[in-house]
Amino acid sequence: MSLILQDICITPKGGAPLFAPLSLTIAAGQIGAVMGPSGVGKSTLLAAIAGHLPQGFALTGEITLNGARMNSTAPQLRRIGLMFQDALLFPHLSLADNLAFGLPAQIKGKAARKAAVEQALAAAGLAGMGARDPATLSGGERARAALMRSLLAQPQAILLDEPFSKLDTALRAGIRAFAFDHIRARAIPALIVTHDASDAAAAGGPVLNLGGQAG
Amino acid sequence: MRAAVLVIAALALFAPIAAGLWHSAGAALGHLPALGSVGPSLAPLQDLVTQPGFATALRLTLGTGFTATLLSLALAIALAAAITNGPARIISRVLAPFLAMPHAAMAVGLAFVLAPSGWIARALAPVFGWARPPDLASVNDAFGAALILGLVIKETPFLLLVILAALTQIPLRAHIHTAQSLGYGIGAIWAKVIVPQLWPLIRLPVYVVLIYNLSVIDMALILGPSNPPTAAVFIARMFSSPDLAQIMPASAGAILLGLLAVASIAALWGGARAIARFGPIWVRRGGRGAPLNTLFFGTAMLGGALLLLGAAAMVSLALWSLAWRWPWPMLLPESLSFAAWARALGDFGPELAMTALIALASTAISLVLAVAWLETQTPSRREALIYLPLLIPQISFLFGMNMMLLQFGAQGNIGAVIWAHLLFVFPYMMIALTGPWRGLDPRYAHAAASLGAGRLRQLWAVKLPLLLTPICAAMAIGVAVSVAQYLPTLFLGAGRIGTLTTEAVTLASSSDRRITGVVTSLQTTLPFAAYLLAFVIPKLAHKNRSALQGAAA
Amino acid sequence: MKRLITAAALATGLATPALADWQATLDAARGQTVYWNAWGGDARTNDFIAWASAQLEADYGVRIEQVKLTDTAEAVSRVISEKAAGQDTGGSVDMIWINGPNFLAMKDQGLLHGPFVADLPNAKYLDLSPTSPNSVDFTTPVDGLESPWRLAKFVFTYDSARVAAPPASMAEFATWAAANPGRVTHPNPSDFMGATFLKQALIELAPDAAALQSPVTDAAFETATAPLWAWYDSLRPNLWRGGAAFPENQSVQDQLLNDGEIDISLSFDPASAAAGIAQGLLPETTRVFVPKGGSLGNVSFVAIPYNAAHIDGAKVVANFLLDPATQAHMQNIEVLGSYSVLDPAKLDDAAKAAFAALPSAPALPKLEDLGATLAEPHASWMTRLAEEWAKRYTK
Repeated sequence: MSLILQDICITPKGGAPLFAPLSLTIAAGQIGAVMGPSGVGKSTLLAAIAGHLPQGFALTGEITLNGARMNSTAPQLRRIGLMFQDALLFPHLSLADNLAFGLPAQIKGKAARKAAVEQALAAAGLAGMGARDPATLSGGERARAALMRSLLAQPQAILLDEPFSKLDTALRAGIRAFAFDHIRARAIPALIVTHDASDAAAAGGPVLNLGGQAG
Repeated sequence: MRAAVLVIAALALFAPIAAGLWHSAGAALGHLPALGSVGPSLAPLQDLVTQPGFATALRLTLGTGFTATLLSLALAIALAAAITNGPARIISRVLAPFLAMPHAAMAVGLAFVLAPSGWIARALAPVFGWARPPDLASVNDAFGAALILGLVIKETPFLLLVILAALTQIPLRAHIHTAQSLGYGIGAIWAKVIVPQLWPLIRLPVYVVLIYNLSVIDMALILGPSNPPTAAVFIARMFSSPDLAQIMPASAGAILLGLLAVASIAALWGGARAIARFGPIWVRRGGRGAPLNTLFFGTAMLGGALLLLGAAAMVSLALWSLAWRWPWPMLLPESLSFAAWARALGDFGPELAMTALIALASTAISLVLAVAWLETQTPSRREALIYLPLLIPQISFLFGMNMMLLQFGAQGNIGAVIWAHLLFVFPYMMIALTGPWRGLDPRYAHAAASLGAGRLRQLWAVKLPLLLTPICAAMAIGVAVSVAQYLPTLFLGAGRIGTLTTEAVTLASSSDRRITGVVTSLQTTLPFAAYLLAFVIPKLAHKNRSALQGAAA
Repeated sequence: MKRLITAAALATGLATPALADWQATLDAARGQTVYWNAWGGDARTNDFIAWASAQLEADYGVRIEQVKLTDTAEAVSRVISEKAAGQDTGGSVDMIWINGPNFLAMKDQGLLHGPFVADLPNAKYLDLSPTSPNSVDFTTPVDGLESPWRLAKFVFTYDSARVAAPPASMAEFATWAAANPGRVTHPNPSDFMGATFLKQALIELAPDAAALQSPVTDAAFETATAPLWAWYDSLRPNLWRGGAAFPENQSVQDQLLNDGEIDISLSFDPASAAAGIAQGLLPETTRVFVPKGGSLGNVSFVAIPYNAAHIDGAKVVANFLLDPATQAHMQNIEVLGSYSVLDPAKLDDAAKAAFAALPSAPALPKLEDLGATLAEPHASWMTRLAEEWAKRYTK
């Protein structure tokens, strides 16, 4: 089980590549990190891996997950989870329903699904809050809930797009530890993009620096 | 300031509707002293419901109104999904002619395309060996299918425009990406994530479309069933009966239609509430919804096909305007002539100028009023009153309003007509402006204030330029709404204020498709030019401001 | 009573005080704009009105502003609204193109100015005897409250390229339709022309046509219409679209004829086929026929509302419309092709020559082909007929 990026290069239409071709191998249970200042194309890289390359950009290189080439697979079939700095809980659904949204349809039966959601809520320290409107949650609660929603979908890999940058420093380390522990427990490869060196250090996996424009 | 705006709005917009309803209700209860009738009495209502075919007419109205509304909504949502997903982006570029073309014109063109002697039948004639047009009810069918088709072709682009504007207020792309990373397909994402967030933003325009569809007259006359027709046409026929006593049952019908409109909105509201209540049960099951993809794709294809049909209707009218004779079974005109155009350009100059004047005046006044409203009023339930003129069928209050105006002797002059247009232009512009205005990041104005700019300067130097795109779009909509007004122009202009639309409807009763083609082309030109300007002006003004280029249009 | 006096005065050629006052009317009218509320669905009529305005402005300083109606009742309800609002002078409607039920309604409600017809100098060219179509509008006495301006006579139009022998009578319509199913229809009887189709059949089929001249009663209606409904029930299944849908009005039906969906249309203007061909609105092969027993005929009038703002101007317009030169211009097929309301016997030689010199057209019927003119039933029959039809066939 691994996520392999081979000679990945993203080029805007009629422009220079965003960064020099990059290669990175992340094994199961490992959390890799891509570092770099704002605007260097970190988020675009994650979007490309998840399958959401914006119009007007071209991707070269190979994305391989568990031995399968992902380049032209539809995003919803890649089984790659994605977490943003805004937790992006759906505002029209309750907290529990947001988690149920992530739960695969194969888990059938109202009771079984409810139990799975309750369990995830408890794991995130949100036990008993399932009926809450996501808008009433704190930033930390939202981040934990979003992570649980991603994990409930049983992804084969997970991508984190500066997920902690909006949290205040007091909360930050705790939430980060919570997230990384859960990812490691699933034994799936993960990739975090960040401009904060402490995130990369905590990840403990391979680190790649995107300095800027390729020559 | 806040109170002043409220009072002006109430006097200008709310009072006339209330007074109109009051007079109509009086006549509905048999109180019409001009005819020597003093109420109250239930006789007019009794008279109305015992009219042959009235029950069928009501059924037709509900059937066509709801079907057309729900179908337009489904098509608009599917098309919006297809457009934001990439491949169908072109559709959002061709909406303007559909929005600009008046309902009646679309109906005339569509009637020609669909009729047993029309374009489609002519194309099929060699295949089936039809020497004469088949005796089929492909328009004016008893179920109102042709009417539904016509309404859907006109309303889908409007709802699509509304949806595209509303989508800028939700983090569409991020939500789609999140849901995709959880394994959902586009169809399921729209059904389970996007539409529930979209609905509160587009609910009001959908109600407006529903009321329009329930009370439409011109399109129903041309495409709808004739014996009996829909309730609105039924009532309009009674209003224009030589037997003056019919005004009372007609008023009863007008009031009944108004009540039906209220009940219909309540039904739609209730339906949406039920879906909001029970929908999550479906969402909770976590189905990734592969079949929904097919459904969305199919619906979007159907929407595209109907837009093509509408385009054919427009092209056919343009061809008719250049035709001299175009008999069955020829696919193209037998002989061409500029006679209709020469006639029209010689004759309709004053009407064109009058139409433009009324449209520009009512749009400009509405814009000032809208900006004043948005700057001084906080969102509240009271705001629903602004939309009253759009949520009550025109026929329910225009007759009564006409009687009231006469008492002030304020009828038949251009001011009265501009004011009547204001009733409809203002709320449509509010629909277009409210979202973007209130969605604007308040920190821009705060930043300007901290730099010492007063309210006026914040408005003039910061808000208006930032909101230029939606303001231009709202003005284009205002012009289109004004140009299309028929009944208000007719009633309050006492027939003396001739616009292209009053000409077009009068000429439509003469069924000369060539002249109709010319007048509707002229009639479409003004709003089309407005939409074009609304597209071009912000592009030019913000030429080197990429952050403002992608905004809603 | 007034009518008798007027008729007597005209017959003896006495100068009435009203005629002497005509100059005062002309003086008062100068500079006025007359808002003529007239059905605007016919481009040729609109052109004719524009022409009349130009003539009047040059000769009398009076302009016409045509208020184009889709239905004459719009103008009637406008006057009613004004009365309801207490606006008894300076009203917005100066003149209405009117007849039949609309006239009856306005007359009954006291909404008309007049009598004024006798004041018009050109009234001397009219046959105003008590039984003349100029004196009785759908059996309602005109009483000088409306002035004639054009003649209407019910005719059928058909495409001679598709129909060899059109039905010779209303009774034959049923057999003709059985042989040619789906090729004929009539406008919805809530429309004037649709009701006229039924009235024409009623007159031909009723056991006693004279009974139709009195206001309708339940018993009379029962007896008179029984054969009509029997005939209609046999006709209806063979109508266009199985008799389930009907064109909204005559123009829509003309369009169906032009499109080839049906073979027969109808009109209240014998020249409409020739006019339609000239405008490219009907096939070149369109011709006119009239049932062999004759057809309904009536006169189109202009009336002045009691509260009109420009009564003098309206009178000048009404008088101008009766001028022999105006009537000859109107009867010209290249202009309007509408038959004159003037009594040929009362015209001088120059006027007679002007009428004789008018151009002809293949689709224009000769006066003698138009057959007898049948008197319109009392207006109450038309309302009743339309109601009963709706009751029977609107489900």
